[in-house]
Amino acid sequence: MAKVWVILEAQDQKIKKVSYEMIGLAKQLGDVEAVLLGSGVSSLAQEAGEYGVSKVFVADCAELKDYTTAKYTRVLADLIQKKKPEIVLVANTSQGRDFAPRVAQRIGAGQISDVMDYQEGQFIRPVYSGKAFFKVSPCACPAIVTVRPNVFPAAEKCGGSCLVEEVAASFSADDLKAIVKEVVKQVSSRPELTEANIIVSGGRGMKGPENFAILEEMADVLGAAVGASRAAVDSGWRHHSFQVGQTGKTVSPSLYIACGISGAIQHLAGMGSSKVIVAINKDPEANIFKVADYGIVGDLFEVVPMLTAEFKKLLS
Amino acid sequence: MKIAVLIKQTFDTEAKIVVKEGKVDPSGVNVIINPYDEFAIEEALRIKEKVGGEVVVFSAGSDKVTESLRKALAMGADRAVRVELDGVAVDEGVVAEALAKAVGEGNFDLVLTGWLAIDDRSAQVGVRVAEILNLSQINMVTQLELADGKLTGSREIEGGMEVVEVPLPALITAQRGLNEPRYPSMKGIMQAKKKELKVVNASDLNISAQPKVEVKDVFLPKAKEAGKIYKDDMADAVSALVKALREEAKVI
Repeated sequence: MAKVWVILEAQDQKIKKVSYEMIGLAKQLGDVEAVLLGSGVSSLAQEAGEYGVSKVFVADCAELKDYTTAKYTRVLADLIQKKKPEIVLVANTSQGRDFAPRVAQRIGAGQISDVMDYQEGQFIRPVYSGKAFFKVSPCACPAIVTVRPNVFPAAEKCGGSCLVEEVAASFSADDLKAIVKEVVKQVSSRPELTEANIIVSGGRGMKGPENFAILEEMADVLGAAVGASRAAVDSGWRHHSFQVGQTGKTVSPSLYIACGISGAIQHLAGMGSSKVIVAINKDPEANIFKVADYGIVGDLFEVVPMLTAEFKKLLS
Repeated sequence: MKIAVLIKQTFDTEAKIVVKEGKVDPSGVNVIINPYDEFAIEEALRIKEKVGGEVVVFSAGSDKVTESLRKALAMGADRAVRVELDGVAVDEGVVAEALAKAVGEGNFDLVLTGWLAIDDRSAQVGVRVAEILNLSQINMVTQLELADGKLTGSREIEGGMEVVEVPLPALITAQRGLNEPRYPSMKGIMQAKKKELKVVNASDLNISAQPKVEVKDVFLPKAKEAGKIYKDDMADAVSALVKALREEAKVI
């Protein structure tokens, strides 16, 4: 069986959901081992064992407290060259997509980016804003595969434990040239867009920043994140970090509720892989209805509060 | 300051994708400079306007790419280099090596490019070039400052923002938000015709990389079945929708 590695991603001393999704995919591909990098993360390694990972390599040192491309590349490239996994899965997140190509280049590997399906030995990835898909196979080992969050089902807990092997990390002066000056976290009680199970999103039809309050209210009833279309962001109603679409975030929630969004191709590129799409728009001709699984043609200012009330009744 | 900008010519965002004989058919499609690469061009021009220097644009591809290189020259770049890859089997690693070798001879202080090309969406070539040329990188930058030979870039991370400082020489990949690219002026378009556009052949670059991944097939998404659209009585519509989401779609 192929040796498949999952590069676990942790944040705030917690293994992120996408890591378990990668373990789920890795189990289809071969024997699963994992790698965890950070500072004070050793205690998290055992957790992966409960999900069917046989061994976790842990590089735990003060230098790895802040993520930088060079430090991660050093540790991972050295380790891959030494242990020779055949496939390495990396989360397609701001961190993973930053170091994956650099590691690939250093070890002379190919990379398949933003994979959202695996069928008959081939990885499937969207191209041209999701208007087409490539089926891609590696033709050399090792191969790096970056995996879109929120698409593959997470591995189930199956008990068991794993071996933990500590990895010594050593860095050259070059590896330490980049300095993280500041990390600004948005304080929000809502889930992060790319990991959210449900997203409520608003577009031009919201008419102004103050009206997003009705979407926030619905989001809080559903435990959802709040997104925005480019039109809403360009109007200055929401910050760019909430933008869903080609030039914003790519999301794949179970449920995406688009309110007052016309459904330009650039927006569809960012949310087309959502499992269920609901559109609320007063224009019956709006493009968003072409991709919607369900829709209501009506005034969102009337419909959204009614929906929120109905959800509240159901979920309370 | 010597700045290299790596650009790619892509299909227009609105282009309809047609698959012919297992490949995406480029005939009749409008082409543009990849929008993220336009941010990179703009940023290079702004830096040059502030501190002086030279902006050189690079692109790998056939003669068709000339159109995009001319546009970059019209925006204000000083000269352009096209890397002819005719007959070379490519993947991201091969393209990166070709571009890196073409750029590498120029002693650039800064290399700028878009973080992703909207056609194949691999988001690899820029970072691979940084590795080959041993440059520090800041990826997906939405704000960039240059001072004392150092670059400070802000980049979005999940749930926040990260500010990273790297020394020059470095490679930066641009994300939307970095700037608003200018349109070429009439004067710029006229001047562009006289600017140098050099062609380098891949065969002269001693590229050692071989493709490591292979696209086996291209397919279009299945047409989605028409959704259930409710209208007229909003109270009925809302309760029908909520019922469907719970019982049929099972998402709440």
